[in-house]
Amino acid sequence: MPDITEQPVKRSRSLVGRDPWTTPLDEIDLAHPGIWQANEFLPYLARLRRDAPVHYCADSPLGPYWSVMKYKDIMTVEAAPHIYSSEPTIGIVDVIPEFTLPMFIAMDPPKHEEQRKTVQGVVAPANLKNLEGLIRQRVIAILDKLPRDEPFNWVDLVSRDLTTQMLATLFDFPFEDRHKLTYWSDVATAIPGAGLIDSYEEGFEILKECLAYFSRLWQERARREPGNDLISMLAHGEATRNMPPREFLGNLILLIVGGNDTTRNSISGGVLALNEHPQEYQKLRDNPALIPSMVSEIIRWQTPLAYMRRTAKVDTELGGKTIRAGDKVLMWYASANRDADAIDNPDAFIIDRPRARQHLSFGFGIHRCMGNRLAEMQLRILWEEISQRFDKVEVVGEPTRIYSSFVKGYTDLPVIIRSSAVKGQ
Amino acid sequence: MTRITYIEHNGTEHVIDASNGDSVMEAAIKNLVPGIDADCGGACSCGTCHVFVDENWMQAVGEPGEFEEPMLDINPERSANSRLSCQIDVSDELDGLVVRLPEFQF
Repeated sequence: MPDITEQPVKRSRSLVGRDPWTTPLDEIDLAHPGIWQANEFLPYLARLRRDAPVHYCADSPLGPYWSVMKYKDIMTVEAAPHIYSSEPTIGIVDVIPEFTLPMFIAMDPPKHEEQRKTVQGVVAPANLKNLEGLIRQRVIAILDKLPRDEPFNWVDLVSRDLTTQMLATLFDFPFEDRHKLTYWSDVATAIPGAGLIDSYEEGFEILKECLAYFSRLWQERARREPGNDLISMLAHGEATRNMPPREFLGNLILLIVGGNDTTRNSISGGVLALNEHPQEYQKLRDNPALIPSMVSEIIRWQTPLAYMRRTAKVDTELGGKTIRAGDKVLMWYASANRDADAIDNPDAFIIDRPRARQHLSFGFGIHRCMGNRLAEMQLRILWEEISQRFDKVEVVGEPTRIYSSFVKGYTDLPVIIRSSAVKGQ
Repeated sequence: MTRITYIEHNGTEHVIDASNGDSVMEAAIKNLVPGIDADCGGACSCGTCHVFVDENWMQAVGEPGEFEEPMLDINPERSANSRLSCQIDVSDELDGLVVRLPEFQF
């Protein structure tokens, strides 16, 4: 009898340049970053929604996994944490435990709720109301110093800078060191070999610096009266004050990543979407009161995190398929947000869309994005201030997309603000 | 028809005639009562249709269900009379129901 472990394994490869409608289903590996960076993912998502809404990829370099493509099926998975666990991790890669950090996004009840509740208050709407003025000041400062009549990278000068400033505020982090936050966030989600780090070991070493820095802040805040920043909340919170260092680091990374490239990429994605849909941009100019609904539509359109992973705890059925205990299950939010059975005319970008809030970008269920209201508020204030200043932020070149199937976003978005588009000039 | 009163956080009252079979969330949306987002459309999965049930009505409305409890649990404004309005069905027994809306949905 042949030893099947000796059989050559057919490794999936990048789908870039292939025909999404004729590629054999068993060769579709959505988790490969190629089609995401090349902006060729949408037809593959449509293909799987049509032909294999619960799809098994048996042969991926990261191991076999299920893909859940339809809105309704994802709701089923989100509502059943007792079947679909968030442990050990919510990304597709099972990093060896030494480099896996414990964080509440990757915990099941009841520990998840205990830890989440400790920090939820800082991004709760009541607290955000107090932050609105400060956010607006910072948005204005960023917009007012943007170059005129020369191309610049919107990602660097606006999206990245604004979200970094916001994080520094939420952590009450030394403002002059704030760029470290963005750097640690990027390291935490980087794929080894894609540019920033060469190995998980290297990434982990860098994150130890993050831990050391935050440990100093923690000790300082723990000695003081409880404050309204995230570190103080963790240092004084019942469920978190005795957190072991690794767990502290894990939850910090979660809050940094959660509040960083998600909003950053929605800020960039909005500019791109409006440029690709000039009629919608005109609607916005004609009626800035549409901004709150536009913000939800931008978040749906961008879907800054393409998926979240669960791991089946028991054998179960989904969409007529049998999922076995231990199987990885990826819920593709990027697909569900384009599912015509749940969203009317889903491929259109419509800033006054009815029921615009009913998208899956924040996920649903007990792990639903904790910072959703902060993200919406940042985007709303940004667009209010942009609308007051500029008739148009004009995209003048192709964006460069991130090499990742998880973080869906941009490293470069070349834009220009022409003097003729500046209001009052 | 079942009469329901929604009281906004600022005290504004909305008295509506709801259809039996709808949820208290759906009745609010159909009658344009502000303050309920219902992002998940009634699937007990977002917590954005949170209401506080008037003390006198708590018994008639009943306890949160198995899937509702954890969604309420992660809401920092949760109190003893918190419910998700998508999980309360309008029926004759609830004629006269009073619910209060939180200042913010999460």
